Amino acid sequence: MRIEITVNGRTREADDVWEGESLLYVLRERLGLPGSKNACEQGECGSCSVYLDGVLVCACLVAAGQAQGREVVTVEGLGSAERLHPVQQAFVEAGAVQCGFCTPGLVVATHDLLARSPHPDDAEIRESLAGNLCRCTGYEKIIDAVHLAAGRLTAAAPSGAAEEGT
Amino acid sequence: MTFARTPAGPPAFPAGTATASAEATTAATAGPPPTPTETPTKTPAGVKTELPSNAVGGVGQSPARPDGILKVTGDFAYSSDLWMDDMLWGVTLRSPHPYARIRSIDIAEALAVAGVFAVLTHEDVPGENRYGLELADQPVLAEEVVRYRGEAVALVAADHPEIARQAAKKIKVDYEVLAPVTDARVAVGHAPWEPAPDLVDAGRDGQVPQLHEHGNVVRYLKLRKGDADATADVVVTGDYVVGMQDQAFLGPESGLAVPDDVGGVDLYVATQWLHVDQRQVCAALGLGPDQVRLTLSGVGGAFGGREDISMQVHGCLLALHTGKPVKMVYNRAESFVGHVHRHPATMHYEYGANRDGRLVFARARIYLDGGAYASSTEAVVGNAGTMGLGPYVIPNASMDCWGVYTNNPPCGAMRGFGAVQAAFASEAQLDKLAAALGMDPVELRRRNGMHEGAENPTGQVIDSAAPVGELLERLAAMPMPPGRDDRLDLREMPGGVSNTTHGEGVRRGVGYAVAYKNVGYSEGFDDYSTARVRLEVSAGEPLATVHTAAVEVGQGLVTVEQQICRTELGVDRVVVRTADTQVGSAGSSSASRQTYVTGGAVRYACEQVREQVFVLLQQRLGRTIADLRLEGGKVVSECEGPLASLADVLGQRVIEETHEWRHRRTHPIDPETGQGFAHVQYAFSAHRAVVDVDVELGLVKVVELACVEDVGKAMNPQAVLGQIQGGSTQGLGLAVMEEIQIRDGQILNPSFTDYLIPTILDTPPMPIEVLEYPDPHAPYGLRGVGEPSAISSGPAVVAAIRAATGLELARIPVRPEHIVGV
Repeated sequence: MRIEITVNGRTREADDVWEGESLLYVLRERLGLPGSKNACEQGECGSCSVYLDGVLVCACLVAAGQAQGREVVTVEGLGSAERLHPVQQAFVEAGAVQCGFCTPGLVVATHDLLARSPHPDDAEIRESLAGNLCRCTGYEKIIDAVHLAAGRLTAAAPSGAAEEGT
Repeated sequence: MTFARTPAGPPAFPAGTATASAEATTAATAGPPPTPTETPTKTPAGVKTELPSNAVGGVGQSPARPDGILKVTGDFAYSSDLWMDDMLWGVTLRSPHPYARIRSIDIAEALAVAGVFAVLTHEDVPGENRYGLELADQPVLAEEVVRYRGEAVALVAADHPEIARQAAKKIKVDYEVLAPVTDARVAVGHAPWEPAPDLVDAGRDGQVPQLHEHGNVVRYLKLRKGDADATADVVVTGDYVVGMQDQAFLGPESGLAVPDDVGGVDLYVATQWLHVDQRQVCAALGLGPDQVRLTLSGVGGAFGGREDISMQVHGCLLALHTGKPVKMVYNRAESFVGHVHRHPATMHYEYGANRDGRLVFARARIYLDGGAYASSTEAVVGNAGTMGLGPYVIPNASMDCWGVYTNNPPCGAMRGFGAVQAAFASEAQLDKLAAALGMDPVELRRRNGMHEGAENPTGQVIDSAAPVGELLERLAAMPMPPGRDDRLDLREMPGGVSNTTHGEGVRRGVGYAVAYKNVGYSEGFDDYSTARVRLEVSAGEPLATVHTAAVEVGQGLVTVEQQICRTELGVDRVVVRTADTQVGSAGSSSASRQTYVTGGAVRYACEQVREQVFVLLQQRLGRTIADLRLEGGKVVSECEGPLASLADVLGQRVIEETHEWRHRRTHPIDPETGQGFAHVQYAFSAHRAVVDVDVELGLVKVVELACVEDVGKAMNPQAVLGQIQGGSTQGLGLAVMEEIQIRDGQILNPSFTDYLIPTILDTPPMPIEVLEYPDPHAPYGLRGVGEPSAISSGPAVVAAIRAATGLELARIPVRPEHIVGV
């Protein structure tokens, strides 16, 4: 089947999509967007977290056909090497990145958390990121990164509203 | 103490950035100002640090990692992200039986599926159909016998992964199912804990199936020190079991094999040691090393699970057979059978001490289940056997350690490597002894802990810092986390927002543990690394390029390589080339060794480059100057100050040096006594765990996990903390949740739904103190940091649960049913 999805603001088409393919497979293998990761492919690890019509989902649990005509934002859509999103910048600086396989999912999930709650405390961060597994860091520096990003986003938006994207 | 992270709030970070270069995935130019030099927690007086400069982004600082930006933007190319036009997908058909004879394999129906390009069996392996890290005992594709459930039997390549998977189901394998051997002690014919002769091998004696032609014993280690009949005032014994842990790296086994036009192949893969993979691929393909070229792609964690090859030979076979690039990516279920695990252990320990709390003897027997193939069992036995009595001074010691074959999934390397299993037993013994003596468990450990100059159970004198006592004293002095107050916050309760308790039935416990671990490869292994360092002028500025085959698995080795070049060559810009087999072996990113050994190689290659710069300058000036150094892009004389810019001295010249560097030699241990200089360096860490246990439901919440570790020299303080925190968390996981459950040779929980690793909710704040007692034998005085924290954290957590519940809890991981007794 043919699928049309708006990905990171651009309309994209994929042909010959098998009905059993996930949104994750289409993003990674058909649209050239491997930033969303394939760690468990059953919704346990959160490393494929993306926005689907503004809602945080695991792309591995969304059938490709379900994304037809909808809007997807992946980690590639949050920032670029030249213009990192403050969440991405904070993950680099805080040492929240080791092997990095969980990082894209955690960046998207943190982006979502800070949009809902600009100043989360440790307990709220833990609850909000509980769906994202990391095997390298022990999470301490991820919590540091969330605080760092929260502080910077607030400083950049003195009205109090956290910025949505860059 | 600048170094400890307190759980209270976020630390301040400088606004450092780094820019990624397009030249290679790990290449980058130096970032602007990194974290200022950290003051070590403690540096003993009179020890020369030997650091030649305070280079920006150099040794001892925490510059941004060069691959960080690529990783946060999703642009970093992991092995599962690789893609080529016209590539095929490879899948593996695996045995459904733990032990069976193969009568026949019929591939005809699979081969007829539209979209399938190849179906291969053992008949298609052109070279040696055997591979293995230390002993080549595992078939590339099973030939006559399958020895574990999940063993590779056949391969399929097709133009869509699902077509390949469906076609694989059409391969008909006729098996004669055999009764598997699934207990390590049964495999060698030992009745539980009865005195056994030194070496019994029931496989050889014909009492149980002989799983390999050389029997069922991979290695038996015997250690005897002092008086075998020593007696003590107080004796405690214990039987302990540790379950099988999985590395659970997030990036699945994967790679892309690309055939060339002349019978060779390029393999892009996630691994831990490119050259040991290359050796095994070459043997299986019957090709030379110039025909099998490996390049590292992004590695999504390793922790030992990528030491053995997975898809390497299979992908190359399919690529050479089809003439097309072939990508293989395991899913999570396949990953659970696609790599080795941590050996499960069954252990019997007996410790004796005098009334004053001095250890008199320690005796132990350990059985490690290696599963169907040897993998690194031999070295794991070496570690468990030589270090399994813990970091204590023990005058009379006895250890028997067996690593055996069974029909369980193969076991091999995982972070902590043999020391982890034994530490659960030895640390529990110390607590038992303390209780029997009526002594504080910290004081008992302190009193018996190793120190510099002490002799360990293998008779090796510890010839650098071994600060067991200080680790414990500092740990005990760290503030305790606050107790629970009246304010109910479910998030702080065992069971969390599942609302299983409001505090009733919740008991707090505190536990301590200490561990030590060898760094580097041991027992006479020729452990070396190779580094090529190039210095030239690029865009008017000096530029260093470092090329090694050392694997970045996430630990930050690429950052450390840059830091060393900056410090040694006084340059800002350092490019780290992608690791490949076009340069000599670096050895494995294992055994906490890579910063030590490859770091050493990079440092000495830099020194040779630097010497040539000095020669150039002296030739230009026509005189000898003895006190030169490179700093801030200049050649500087200690007495005369800056003499020339590095760019001027170099001009159009390119200086390149390749250096192979070895650590001090180690030696095999004596086969009868286990005595010898087995390990090049030891690293020590200690943990204090505070837990809340709901004793009615058996739920555990780890409230805090504090650590003190001696790292010799914190090459990159941020990365050091990351290693300690990550290792501590994996130890916590093994203590309370992580176990591959096996019944009749079958893994029952091959998914992250059923194999649980710690989430951010399971992981507590981790205050850390880092000590820096330089090891005079090691580059920069550094000590390997990858593993110690993964060893001491789990036993501390279990000790805390014991303290909270009063239960013996001899089986690890501790599950709710063990606590509530159902």
